[in-house]
Amino acid sequence: MAEIKLKDVTKRYADGTEAVKHMDLDIKDGEFMILVGPSGCGKSTALRMIAGLEDISEGEMLIGDKVVNNLAPRDRDIAMVFQNYALYPHMTVRANMGFALKLAKVPEDEIKQKVEEAARILDLTDHLDRKPANLSGGQRQRVAMGRAIVRDPQAFLMDEPLSNLDAKLRVQTRTEVSRLQKRLSTTMVYVTHDQTEAMTLGDRVAVMRSGVLQQVAPPRELYNDPVNIFVAGFIGSPAMNFFSGTISDGTLKLPFAELLAPDGVSHTGDVIVGVRPEDFEDARFAPAGHDAGVEFSAPIEVVESMGSEIYVYFSFEGGEVNSNELAELARDTGVAETGLAVARLNPESEISDGGKAKLWFDGAKLHLFDPADGANLRHGKTDQKAAAEAGREAVAAEADEAPSRRAVDEQDETPAAEAPHRAEPDERSAPE
Amino acid sequence: MQNRSPRAYLGWTLAMGVILFYALIPVVWLISLSFKTPATVSDKKFVPQDTTFDNYTTLFEGGLESPLLRPLINSLAIALIATIIAVTLASFTAYAIARLDFPGKTLILAGALAIAMFPPISVVGPLFDMWRALGLYDTWLGLIIPYLTFALPLAIYTLVAFFREIPWELEQAAQVDGATPWQAFRKVILPLATPGVFTAAILVFIFAWNDFLFAITLTSSDRARTVPAALAFFTGESQFTAPTGNIAAAAVLVTIPIIIFVLIFQRRIVAGLTAGAVKG
Repeated sequence: MAEIKLKDVTKRYADGTEAVKHMDLDIKDGEFMILVGPSGCGKSTALRMIAGLEDISEGEMLIGDKVVNNLAPRDRDIAMVFQNYALYPHMTVRANMGFALKLAKVPEDEIKQKVEEAARILDLTDHLDRKPANLSGGQRQRVAMGRAIVRDPQAFLMDEPLSNLDAKLRVQTRTEVSRLQKRLSTTMVYVTHDQTEAMTLGDRVAVMRSGVLQQVAPPRELYNDPVNIFVAGFIGSPAMNFFSGTISDGTLKLPFAELLAPDGVSHTGDVIVGVRPEDFEDARFAPAGHDAGVEFSAPIEVVESMGSEIYVYFSFEGGEVNSNELAELARDTGVAETGLAVARLNPESEISDGGKAKLWFDGAKLHLFDPADGANLRHGKTDQKAAAEAGREAVAAEADEAPSRRAVDEQDETPAAEAPHRAEPDERSAPE
Repeated sequence: MQNRSPRAYLGWTLAMGVILFYALIPVVWLISLSFKTPATVSDKKFVPQDTTFDNYTTLFEGGLESPLLRPLINSLAIALIATIIAVTLASFTAYAIARLDFPGKTLILAGALAIAMFPPISVVGPLFDMWRALGLYDTWLGLIIPYLTFALPLAIYTLVAFFREIPWELEQAAQVDGATPWQAFRKVILPLATPGVFTAAILVFIFAWNDFLFAITLTSSDRARTVPAALAFFTGESQFTAPTGNIAAAAVLVTIPIIIFVLIFQRRIVAGLTAGAVKG
């Protein structure tokens, strides 16, 4: 077990493209660190540099206080789980799991004992003498994990280990990975493009974009206080809605409403406004006595009832946002809706599509971004507690709106200045 | 052949029967000839009237001085040595070409292809002079070298294709597991490339075994003469009888090692392919 430090690490390929740019990251001993971002953001390259499978062009990489820049993978004492598992097809499960120990010249009976122990943990005991070709996808995935854990390495590196599993198995295995990491309390670096995995698994999450580290924070902080529009748009599902607006004379103008500009924002002129779907509500269910709330009416295009909640897509005009960051996100997710916003409403709402309906949103929870560089204008200033409540609710996908109302009520008394301390790193949201 | 209607099955069987008949009838004819006595060799009968093993036994009369034994040993040894060297060298080369980016990679591949396309007949004359000057004429090595030259490109191309099929992650996994590059190659990559190695081995062996041009040009005695060349020097019992029966018997005999070789390795190839799962 060890901490991993990246100091100003850059990866430059022979043709001059930089896959990772000046990355600084401290991964604590025993921490579960997630590297997340859209495809091509450099997260896998960063992981492979930690593993030693890619050279480091610039900067320093430390594993447990030892500079490893020039160490071969075999001398770094790390274990890696590959996206396609990379099981040795010509070896049995037992040989696959024991391969590293055999290379390390561990005595046969000790290998046997360690492999059987790992097989027991991963429920593979019955399959030890089979070849990978005869295993199911989930079993292969577990063999890959087993191959890593028998080593008892300094750190586990996981490169999208769940992406080859079907949806149901993925959720199940996700929980297993989380349990396994807690049980072994070994440093783990986990690469994924799936923000749900990032939010549910990590102690901390590092969001990357085009080789640049955007923000490193516990999942909840990332959700509630994104450093820029990219992180805001990437984290959360359904994604945050963005509108363009203007601030003048202390008033914030949105395509569908006008309200007082939030405190502590000195910016005037054009802004990009982000609203999480759960910060909208059917006007009928709007929390009473909430002075930051704003009512508006909008044409409803689509209503999707999930039972525990209702997603309502409403259209708006003249407030579409054009930004490189959002365009990139849309490319990655394949969703490119403009002029349409999504709201998550109380399941008892009777809004139906085709007409106009009265909606409400929480003006205190707006996210404001600078259109020039996408930076969050209220970063570190948003009310952490209220936001944290909303975030917990959103991540846990709870339908009950009571906590958010309570949070909103308390929000007025909470001094904004001490807010950032409220979100402790270990205050993790419960996995679904 | 499952999921076929009886009619389609019959059709296929018939078609394959025709092809087999067409392909094998000369071989059967050769076998038939090899059992005929000199008197009946030209009787135009498909089934031998007097069956004799003399054609075979005379080939081995006199031990090492016999017409066939020494050439057979030469053939086996030269083909096997050429195969082992070619496959070993080709494995390393193909691995490097499939895995590494190094300057001159395309040059090596293009060069290999150029050599493979080069007509042997155009080098055989100069080679004859060179080999005589170098003392390689009529030696095993004198044949092994040209066989290697012409078989290596073939082996390299075959093996590159196989190595490319093996996911690179497997090797990286081995490295992370603590293997040196050599260990990763020997314990992970090579076992997975076994079918390819055997395919290359068969191709090289057949090429070396069947070659006539180099064998006839670069040898002059039983020291290094291989079977295809030796066949050309067979003589009849008297100067008035053609050695047809002996040639037929020798031709049957030289086919046998090839068949055995292919059958053995065919098994390995098929086993390797079906165990497959190279792609996890």
